[in-house]
Amino acid sequence: MTTAPHASPRTAQPAVPQEEPRPRFADLVAAEWIKLRSLRSTWIAHGAAALAVTGLNAGTAYDTYAHWEERTPADRAAFVRAGLPLQEAFTVNAAVVTTVALCVLGALPLLGEFATGALRTTFTAVPARSAVTGAKAVVVAGFATAWGALVTVVSFLLTQAILDGRGVGIALDGPGVPRVLLASTLLAPVCALTGLALAAALRRTAATVLASVTAVMVLPLLLGEDRYWTALARHALLLAAWLRLTAPGGSAPPPYPWTEAGAWTVYAVWATAAVSVTVLAVRRRDV
Amino acid sequence: MIEVANLTKRYGGVTAVKDLTFTVRPGRVTGFLGPNGAGKSTTLRVLLGLHRPSAGTATVDGRPFGGRPRGLRQVGALLDAQDVHGGRTARAHLTALARSNRIPPTRVEEVLEDAGLTGAARRRIAGFSLGMKQRLGIAAALLGGAPVLVFDEPLNGLDPEGVRWVRGLFRRLAAEGRTVLVSSHLMSEMEHTADDLVVVGRGELIAAESLAEFTARGCRQRVTVATPAADALLSLLTAEGASVRTEGGLLVATGMDAGRVGAIAQRHGIPLSRLQEERPSLEEAFMRLTADAVQYPTGDAR
Repeated sequence: MTTAPHASPRTAQPAVPQEEPRPRFADLVAAEWIKLRSLRSTWIAHGAAALAVTGLNAGTAYDTYAHWEERTPADRAAFVRAGLPLQEAFTVNAAVVTTVALCVLGALPLLGEFATGALRTTFTAVPARSAVTGAKAVVVAGFATAWGALVTVVSFLLTQAILDGRGVGIALDGPGVPRVLLASTLLAPVCALTGLALAAALRRTAATVLASVTAVMVLPLLLGEDRYWTALARHALLLAAWLRLTAPGGSAPPPYPWTEAGAWTVYAVWATAAVSVTVLAVRRRDV
Repeated sequence: MIEVANLTKRYGGVTAVKDLTFTVRPGRVTGFLGPNGAGKSTTLRVLLGLHRPSAGTATVDGRPFGGRPRGLRQVGALLDAQDVHGGRTARAHLTALARSNRIPPTRVEEVLEDAGLTGAARRRIAGFSLGMKQRLGIAAALLGGAPVLVFDEPLNGLDPEGVRWVRGLFRRLAAEGRTVLVSSHLMSEMEHTADDLVVVGRGELIAAESLAEFTARGCRQRVTVATPAADALLSLLTAEGASVRTEGGLLVATGMDAGRVGAIAQRHGIPLSRLQEERPSLEEAFMRLTADAVQYPTGDAR
């Protein structure tokens, strides 16, 4: 076919080489990272969640600091012996907020594409859908891990500095510290992947948020430790796993105890299941 | 080259596209025409692997597009200008698309410039008018320099300058030997752009031919006659091979020119109070064809 004389040289000779380069998964991860970081809402929402979680932890530590004088010496000793200074590095309230917030934040990259129709543009550019959702999972998990690490470490340093004002802060290399920091850090990516999976399966924003809150927050409230079957079901939940991994050394064991390795397994199973659901849910359906 | 063969797509009980077959050739601009709800967008979505066909196939260069690992170098597509995330800037949107297909960032700047969006590249898409979103969508379709280009209603919301740019662009792309498929519900948009037409109505094929053939077929001249002896003239003209119908007391004859009608009337001493020749516009022809398809999907209309 001849080139029309008025055609601009650029369109006539495409700058892009026509031979298709070998497709690389890394390109998709890079593209998803561009998409995530180019949204202002990503930074605002993650920043707000980080402030809330860090604030909850620091607030608890400050409360302990402010009311320290009211405690009897025996009470103070019991506080330290029970391992509570480390628990204040990442409180239960902070963990609950983390689970809900990160579920929703993890769902957003996919929900945003469903809601706007941008997913059609994405899949037209890259018809290999599983690779796209896989790349999304990598980016969501990676970003949430960085968020979790930052929030956990800052919370630890802040709370222990406050508690040091009363001489009971602990150091980074204290007993049990790495386990608490790791469990709290990894809570973020596992929740984010859970949210992503729910978004892939449900597609609707409201349904995804409701399901997220139910899965990570309501179920742990409903399932108690006191009966065998509810305890068994409870031990499959993320928040329960986090509680097990961060339980202070001095606390009494629950009626149906379980191992630390079991709790780590719960993390791993949730993450693996979430990635599988994410990839499979949008593989074949019309978008 | 785009080939659609016996394509059927049902959504629940609704058949959006029924046994559709057509071919879109390279080096030509092909208009994909039909009224709203005719199944144009459904066909394009199936073609691009976004929806799965209920039956039949749709292929690009002999392969289903949905099976390709990457798409931008194979097909440049604009399905809906609104299919973008409003929170991103135009440049970020294009950069992410380019990156996923390993297209260099310099190409992003080129298509931004081609689409006249360089000045708006740092603005968030949410603030764009529909016309600017169309330009952005077309820029995205150009990223990969693909040999096949598909545009769904690309002229919606464009200003006159934009319309002229897009028409010139389609002509250029076709002149470079690319396959260009452009859907529209307005014949007037295609009249000066398309070489070939694929016309659908209610999910079924009405016509797949060149614009010239369509014009010749759809725009046959009509002769309108007013006479006190309408019945007599009607049978005379019919006997001479014209197809005639009455329309509000007037006779409307096709297949015969005004001179011939006048001569027949004179020969039989029939007085005429009005004799008029008219040629319907392409838009009218299109409206008539698609309206017929809706009313009588298989019948010989009129």
